[in-house]
Amino acid sequence: MSAPALSTRGLDKRFGSLVVARDIEFSLPQGARYALIGPNGAGKTTLINLMTGMLRPDAGHILLGDDEITRLAPDQRVRRGLVRTFQINTLFPHLNPLEAVTLAVCERQGIARTWWRPITSYGAAVDEAYAILGSLMLSADCYRPTRELPYGRQRLLEIALALATRPKVLLLDEPAAGVPRDESRELFEVIAGLPGDITVLFIEHDMNFVFRFASRIIVMVGGGILLEGTPHEVAADPRVREVYLGARHG
Amino acid sequence: MSIVGAVTEPHAYLRSQTRWRPVELAFWLATLLPYVLFPDYLVLASAIAITALFALSLDLILGYAGIVSLGHAAFFGLGAYTAGLAAKHGWGEPISGLALGGLVAGIVGYGASLIVARFRHLALIMITLGMGLLLEQAANSASWLTGGADGLQGVKMWPIFDVFRFDLYGKTAYGYSLGVLFIVFLVARRLINSPFGLSLRGIRENALRMPALGAPSRAHIRKIYTIAAVIAGFAGALLAQTTETVSLEAFGFQRSADVLVILILGGTGRLYGGLVGAIIFMVARDQFSGNTPQFWYFWIGILLVAVVMFLPNGVLGGLARLGALLRGRAP
Ligand SMILES: Nc1ncnc2c1ncn2[C@@H]1O[C@H](COP(=O)(O)OP(=O)(O)OP(=O)(O)O)[C@@H](O)[C@H]1O
Ligand SMILES: [Mg+2]
Repeated sequence: MSAPALSTRGLDKRFGSLVVARDIEFSLPQGARYALIGPNGAGKTTLINLMTGMLRPDAGHILLGDDEITRLAPDQRVRRGLVRTFQINTLFPHLNPLEAVTLAVCERQGIARTWWRPITSYGAAVDEAYAILGSLMLSADCYRPTRELPYGRQRLLEIALALATRPKVLLLDEPAAGVPRDESRELFEVIAGLPGDITVLFIEHDMNFVFRFASRIIVMVGGGILLEGTPHEVAADPRVREVYLGARHG
Repeated sequence: MSIVGAVTEPHAYLRSQTRWRPVELAFWLATLLPYVLFPDYLVLASAIAITALFALSLDLILGYAGIVSLGHAAFFGLGAYTAGLAAKHGWGEPISGLALGGLVAGIVGYGASLIVARFRHLALIMITLGMGLLLEQAANSASWLTGGADGLQGVKMWPIFDVFRFDLYGKTAYGYSLGVLFIVFLVARRLINSPFGLSLRGIRENALRMPALGAPSRAHIRKIYTIAAVIAGFAGALLAQTTETVSLEAFGFQRSADVLVILILGGTGRLYGGLVGAIIFMVARDQFSGNTPQFWYFWIGILLVAVVMFLPNGVLGGLARLGALLRGRAP
């Protein structure tokens, strides 16, 4: 069996006395579609921050394939194929989507260091950016400054930027956060249509989307993993009903 | 290109963003007007061109990469003293003196960038301020070299290309300063339209997202900071060469503050902002500061507050908005 695309061993993280990650261990097989769920404040975003290097764990290891990446800087991890999106839009307000995605493509191709040749002489990079925007239904909006785009388009741009880095493992932090339901569906169709060799972990609160688009689910509560299983197993588990659904709806 | 359609559109768009606009050509042609219209003001015109070059340098780091600096005069002063000292000690050839000034400023700039690239916001302001004060004091203390508070005397320049002598009316000085400004501007314009320039704007727009795209932001910052230091060094060298003297004021905090004011007046992140700001600032100072030089900052203070309140993108930003409004109304 090949190594998992991404795995963690014994990750711990605390903010002062608050434990936000406790002995986190899981692994994502190549090409998997995992959902990460849990009540607000469970530590889901923190876990993504730990895996992508935006936070340093107090203890534990992170492996991308067979390689230990625990000490790598965030940009180094991205260049190795571990890429995230943000729960709260983290975009370039005054750049338009074409510029933003072209930027990401140029960074990946290593041509972002070039300062003596105009961007227009890198036609292939621009074409690639435009194609990514097209695949996310953003062609029509690609010349408008990002800050003027409707919120739902901005959520799509979050994903477009991540795709431009050619991720091997993609961590999506509530991709549909704040998006109306019908647009959310559109967004998840896009995620479902991602190339099969990209390993995907997404955080999502809406159980309909979770059950429909994830093959396995990790449930987090209070900084720890409560259980991991198929949608059926998770749905049937009384602890999940009590802790997770209880916390949300009770 | 014969294929017109969806695929070529983004290329056409990007080309249109980088194309020379008629107003730019008009601007650069107008820079020659002082020779015809104000031949008595060529010395001032030269000082404006030098200040514009200095402001252009700051625009590259502040306007494009979002790096605030309150000590940018450090590199101006280094360029000025390097070129001045070279000329004083027998090497008065302007072009190589200019290059040397840029080189020394660039080397120190690279060293400073190792620190600067690690910080942002208030910490950055304090660090750049500190570095500026430090160099100013160092220049003051090393009076055996710099002449201290008396300034550097005895700077003798050779003619440019062995032909154009520096004259009292500033004819040569203005042509020289303007020429250097224009060449550096062309390079800066190319830089901001490059992939690197795009990444700089990315750092300015969202420093958090850049590493999440795999961008080595700190390396980018080190590079642009060094380039900006070289340009600031050029500006300082020009001042030393065209005035044939250097004073501690070249390193002064006042100069760092003024250039920030100039850039914000004109508008950051648009290359021409520093140029337009320099013209407004220097001409206004020349007109108003005659009797009471201190009082001049009263007016600059008012102007600065007004611009920041009503024209957050500077004079050029205001003009751009006006232009957009007028176009919007046109049938
Ligand atoms: N930088 C920080 N400093 C201190 N506490 C933090 C920090 N970041 C997050 N926390 C706390 O850690 C806990 C976990 O936060 P996290 O954002 O990971 O939750 P989450 O599962 O993503 O929740 P949500 O569903 O609301 O997005 C919360 O109690 C939060 O307040
Ligand atoms: Mg979260």
